[in-house]
Amino acid sequence: MTKTFLLLLTTALVAAPAAAQDLGAQIPQDQQVESVAIEGEDDGPLRGTVTDESAWSDIGIAIPAFATDRERATPANEAGTGALGREVARVITANLRNNGLFKPVGPDSLPQPAFGQVRAPAYGTWSGQGAEMLVQGYVTARDDGRLVVGCYLYDVQLQQQLVREGWVVAAGDWRRAAHKCSDLIFSRLTGESPFFDSRIAYIAETGPKDRRVKRLAVMDSDGANHRFLTLGSATALTPRYSPDYSKILYLSYVDGNPRIYVYDIGTGKQTLVTENRNPTIAPRWSPDGKSILFSMGVAGNTDIYRIPATGGTAIKLTDNPGIDVGGSYSPDGTKIVFESDRSGSQQCYVMDADGKNQKRISFFGGRCATPEWSPRGDQIAFTRIAGDFNVAVMNTGGGGMRVLTRGWQDEAPTWAPNGRIIQFFRTEKNSGRSGIWQVDLTGQNERRLPTPVDASDPAWGPIRP
Amino acid sequence: MNTKIATILLLASATGLAACSKKAPETLPPEPVQTTIPTTPTPPTTPTGPSVGTQAHFAGAVGSSTTIYFDTDRFNVDSQDAAALQAQAQYFARYPQLTFTIEGHADERGTREYNIALGEKRANSAKAYLVSLGVDANRIAVVSYGKERPVALASDEAAWAQNRRAASVLIN
Repeated sequence: MTKTFLLLLTTALVAAPAAAQDLGAQIPQDQQVESVAIEGEDDGPLRGTVTDESAWSDIGIAIPAFATDRERATPANEAGTGALGREVARVITANLRNNGLFKPVGPDSLPQPAFGQVRAPAYGTWSGQGAEMLVQGYVTARDDGRLVVGCYLYDVQLQQQLVREGWVVAAGDWRRAAHKCSDLIFSRLTGESPFFDSRIAYIAETGPKDRRVKRLAVMDSDGANHRFLTLGSATALTPRYSPDYSKILYLSYVDGNPRIYVYDIGTGKQTLVTENRNPTIAPRWSPDGKSILFSMGVAGNTDIYRIPATGGTAIKLTDNPGIDVGGSYSPDGTKIVFESDRSGSQQCYVMDADGKNQKRISFFGGRCATPEWSPRGDQIAFTRIAGDFNVAVMNTGGGGMRVLTRGWQDEAPTWAPNGRIIQFFRTEKNSGRSGIWQVDLTGQNERRLPTPVDASDPAWGPIRP
Repeated sequence: MNTKIATILLLASATGLAACSKKAPETLPPEPVQTTIPTTPTPPTTPTGPSVGTQAHFAGAVGSSTTIYFDTDRFNVDSQDAAALQAQAQYFARYPQLTFTIEGHADERGTREYNIALGEKRANSAKAYLVSLGVDANRIAVVSYGKERPVALASDEAAWAQNRRAASVLIN
């Protein structure tokens, strides 16, 4: 009895500060997805050439329902592994279609292969359907409750397997297997790095323009597994996932002032990035996750600082009477692109990681704000202010500027893990309503991401471990 | 000597306030809602009008001078702002027990993080001016809301002009 009481008391003591910090329910930590060897038609090097040389967007891909060896209900789908196999194929189809990749045809308009056909496709059937590529797979339940998902890509014309891979996932993580399979197909057919198996942190917005409620939220790259992390009593802004997905940096007004917190997903607790009476804004991780960049106002003047992620002494990187803010590391961690109004208006600058050699790179007219270095290293995305706000890219020297979007106010670009797609948020004139949009590096395939409520400040995390 | 200049400035401001209202907004911004500090106690109410220590009393005394306004991307205190801040300084000299917060704001036509830094700069320049007029720096807290708390909701020049502001707010 006393023990129970003590336990309740302890729970209450732990829960109270979380509510005071505006924190909602904890979310599960990211789990590792295990790759497994799966059987295929050819165990030699998988080096077949893709027969179709037309643009990615024109390749017809059939994605029938994934098969199963034995119907078993799982926590992921009570109807069984067969029904789950159909869901997996639907997720893959939606991934490719929504991103303007290939011409996918999903399981709902295709015949369903039997389990035995997964490794030996009925090529005649598929060429008759007009498919150039075929994605087949299976879902089987193991006795430990985990799932094995196999994914195979075939060239229908060559009648050859191009690639295959299998994963063991917890039942609740079945969508990740679908994303891994999407990534496998995308990478094999385009030669690009994967991006589907990733998450996005952002700010969920509700309420009228002058009393906007802004909550920290996270979702998968396709909008699934959506969670709110804060309750909304305090304004939350500008989140950033750590490279290993274990933490989120973000700004909160929870103590009345703008301050950066480090939210630890494993413990569900958050701490100030630096114990300080000054406002801290614009948090960013270094690529190795060991350092945090932030901007701090001292007596009104904002400069950029770096601090070890484990805490310690902050080092001042800029020292200028103008506003120096933001900052984004090059993928090798040696350089930082940031914005400053030291020349009179917001422009983009590059400096060494220790703050030396600060050089302006934007000289194309208009203003340059919120620069973000591409994970590939060769481009910088930014908000171009020239009348309206648009998302643009330039090379790392400031040349080759290209405007990618044409909204009234498109702001704060963030890169997909493979550097091919950019997300940003678009605010509507007058109403102030906002949504997350994405566009690819060529300026094509612009679309709005479905979110449960209005959304801003997207921050795309890396490929999940 | 300094006191003399301050007095002259204060007198000048009193006349200046009546004459000059070119940049002042048409409507008075509503009282800020302290949503982020849920534990703030509600001020004591008296049946005979606002009491000292309330925002209503402050606004009743200085009128629209509780708030100063800025040009796009600027944070300097111009002559009109100076007049408003002089009225504030006079009020806070009369009630030395009061502490207050200066809230810095920006219009929506700026990027989010830059606007927080800009609001910080605006609030601090208002604070520096009040301190130069003799208000103890320890009585003044500063917070920037960037573009997060507009008072005018349209997306046009008139609304933006009202939102580029530093508002003095009493801490109860």
